[in-house]
Amino acid sequence: MTAGARIIPFRPRPRRPEKMMSNGVLGMLLAVFVEVMLFAGFISGFLIVKARAVGSVWPPPDQPRLPFERTAVNTSFLIVSGIVLLIAHRAYQRGNKSVGPALLVATVLGAAFVAMQGVEWVALLREGLTLTSSLYGSLFYTIIGAHAVHAVIAIGLLGWAWLRLQSGRLPREHLSVVALFWYFVVLIWPFLYFQVYL
Amino acid sequence: MVEPAVDLTHGQHHDDHADHGPQGWLKYLWSTDHKVIAMQYMFTGMFMALVGGFMAYVFRMQLAFPGIDVPGFGMVSPGEYNALVTNHGTIMIFWVAMPVLLAAFGNYLIPLMVGADDMVFPKVNRLSFQVFFVSTIVILASLVVEGGGFAGAWTAYPPLSADSTYNLTPLGSTLWVIGVGLEFVAFLLGGINFITTLMNSRAPGMRAFDVPIVVWMIVVASILFMLSVGPLLAGAIMLIFDQTIGTGFFNPAMGGDPILWQHLFWFFGHPEVYVVLLPAMGVVIEIITTFARKKVFAYRTVIFTVVATGVLSFFVWAHHQFIAGIDPRMANIFTITTLLISVPIAELCFVYIATLYGGSITLNTPMLWALAFVATFLIGGVTGIFLGAAGADIYFHDTYFVLAHFHYTFFPIAIIGAFAAITYWFPKMFGKMMDDRLGKIHFWGTIIPFNMIFIPLFVLGMGGQHRRIYNYSHFPELALDWFQDMRVLATGSLLVMLAFQSVFFYNWYKTIRHGPKAPKNPWKANSLEWTTESPPPHGNWRPDEMPVVYRGPYEYSTPDREDDYWPQNEPSPRGSA
Ligand code: HEM
Ligand SMILES: [Cu+2]
Repeated sequence: MTAGARIIPFRPRPRRPEKMMSNGVLGMLLAVFVEVMLFAGFISGFLIVKARAVGSVWPPPDQPRLPFERTAVNTSFLIVSGIVLLIAHRAYQRGNKSVGPALLVATVLGAAFVAMQGVEWVALLREGLTLTSSLYGSLFYTIIGAHAVHAVIAIGLLGWAWLRLQSGRLPREHLSVVALFWYFVVLIWPFLYFQVYL
Repeated sequence: MVEPAVDLTHGQHHDDHADHGPQGWLKYLWSTDHKVIAMQYMFTGMFMALVGGFMAYVFRMQLAFPGIDVPGFGMVSPGEYNALVTNHGTIMIFWVAMPVLLAAFGNYLIPLMVGADDMVFPKVNRLSFQVFFVSTIVILASLVVEGGGFAGAWTAYPPLSADSTYNLTPLGSTLWVIGVGLEFVAFLLGGINFITTLMNSRAPGMRAFDVPIVVWMIVVASILFMLSVGPLLAGAIMLIFDQTIGTGFFNPAMGGDPILWQHLFWFFGHPEVYVVLLPAMGVVIEIITTFARKKVFAYRTVIFTVVATGVLSFFVWAHHQFIAGIDPRMANIFTITTLLISVPIAELCFVYIATLYGGSITLNTPMLWALAFVATFLIGGVTGIFLGAAGADIYFHDTYFVLAHFHYTFFPIAIIGAFAAITYWFPKMFGKMMDDRLGKIHFWGTIIPFNMIFIPLFVLGMGGQHRRIYNYSHFPELALDWFQDMRVLATGSLLVMLAFQSVFFYNWYKTIRHGPKAPKNPWKANSLEWTTESPPPHGNWRPDEMPVVYRGPYEYSTPDREDDYWPQNEPSPRGSA
């Protein structure tokens, strides 16, 4: 062999490699990354506006307060829903097919969260906090609204998963994909809550 | 036009495999085959390139001969001028560079090069093109609605973009934001597919470092895009609210901050330049190794360099805002990061040169394009360094120097890189060999005028000529005779360049009609796409012939072998090197 020649080691006939993650889960993880960055964009906007507030007073004195305590109740609904789903999800992965009720509970709790948020929005609108009443209002409705849109989509997906489960046609991977999206909705909420409501 | 005829034949080729979907054109629109979707992206991108090129023709005519009745357009009003410039930039970046290089070649090459029968989510892929198609209609519609197209520059800085009492295009500017936003959604869907396919669908035996560099580059570009686009989407939503509902996110009078938009935009905008750059860099290295018959120099280093560039590209964005009133201490930091990022890019250029060094080089059309890419991009990168130094940029900002800089980066990417890719993979995509002589005429007819357009603009920029000015004769210090001569030279060269594009289309037409049939592997290249028919059948390989990989894609001129190439799927003889 001449000097500088490259030696390519012999390889036997290869087999198909193990996948690190299923296609659906990987795809959903990527989508969740994008969503996280979307909210990072909103929150950075929020922080900049807050830092520029007149006289550093935040929230603006002439605007209605956000219901921090009542929303804490909502928040607990959401968190419990996430935990219930986590338990159901893990059971389903292990082959337990009777997770229907738990899935339904998680979905209903999630829906309750959105409904209570809606009730609060109506109250806030009555008190005079609107999308254009101030930047405070604009940021609140834009950020929390974006979260609500995600929550509604995720609840739809959970409901769909439940229906499929009832008819026994829910592959494990599909539940993982849907659950992943719901975990995102649940986990990002405390960040938004402490940033925006406090 | 010639090309739709071409892609129809390709669609028909498909019909025998597609199952009972809609008929005719609809069927074509509803295909989930990655190759068909790639063609759809490519032809849409090429069509938009013609639109963007026409716009350049109109406003360059206005600059060279102010007030002239431009043939094919008419007199250009100041508002129209701004709308043309704005949409030229928007279209060339988002509807040409991205769809052709990232989406079309990403879609075409990734499954073929990793040895998969299709993308992992074919329906998501189809949805991606459909969303893109809608976005194309929206952006084209925004040009003709009442009030005209958006005219606040492709960077869309508020307050000009946010308030229609300033921009006078209430509909156009909102449609513009919606169009761009939809386009982003399309590429997000595409990016999910690219990354997942590379991760999960590689042929048996294909290890991470057996993947062709172009695939890595496209995938890293997709990751950059996905990480950077979120904040801009957030900004776009806020901008639409500012425009339509009257919120004040970017309005200082209401407590908002116009600079916030600039941060959100450039946090995306600078990674975006690497999103379009990396696929072109990848295309070029494939071509260079094939036609230099050499192994790529330092494969792993290239991959690590690209990843490092990607990471760094998130920390340079404020170099676009040196003049926007940012804190000088911040300007210092961003000067340093900007100068740092030119190191890995320079390194890639050296890798390309090192790969060429000592190779047995074939100078055919794709290789010419690839070499031209390296040469012209180098000029773009080097001039970027002047702009990256905050001190120099105070003078250069918003002049034609900046404009020439980024055209020396974007033109090699969007046009030279795309021609390199098309001429190199044409035999695979269409099963015919292109005419090399016509290809070379087209090459020189593009590359010489390109330099003749932008070298004068560098000079003008250094002379202090600002961008985005409708008629320089209104500014005595910019209306000097020799300035005007330069502008005429640039416009004249543009006309020559546009005229030479007809050679390309003629070559395309002639090749499809009368060109010789392409063999499976006309360039004697190693990667997997060359192991199947030209064009590949539905599913890429016969099910019993799916490839298996034994080595990396760059084993050219291996000593002790008769052939100077060694396809990735060829088993090694036992016991040999
Ligand atoms: C190698 C490294 C590069 C460096 C150091 C660099 C540096 C810069 C700087 C500092 C500016 C701001 C100038 C100003 O507005 O005053 C700029 C503008 C620009 N660069 Fe680069 N650049 C590089 C590569 C690229 C690449 C690869 C692309 C495109 C693919 C690109 C596209 C642009 C564009 C589009 C603008 C102008 C944006 C606008 O204001 O409309 N640059 N560059
Ligand atoms: Cu930049």
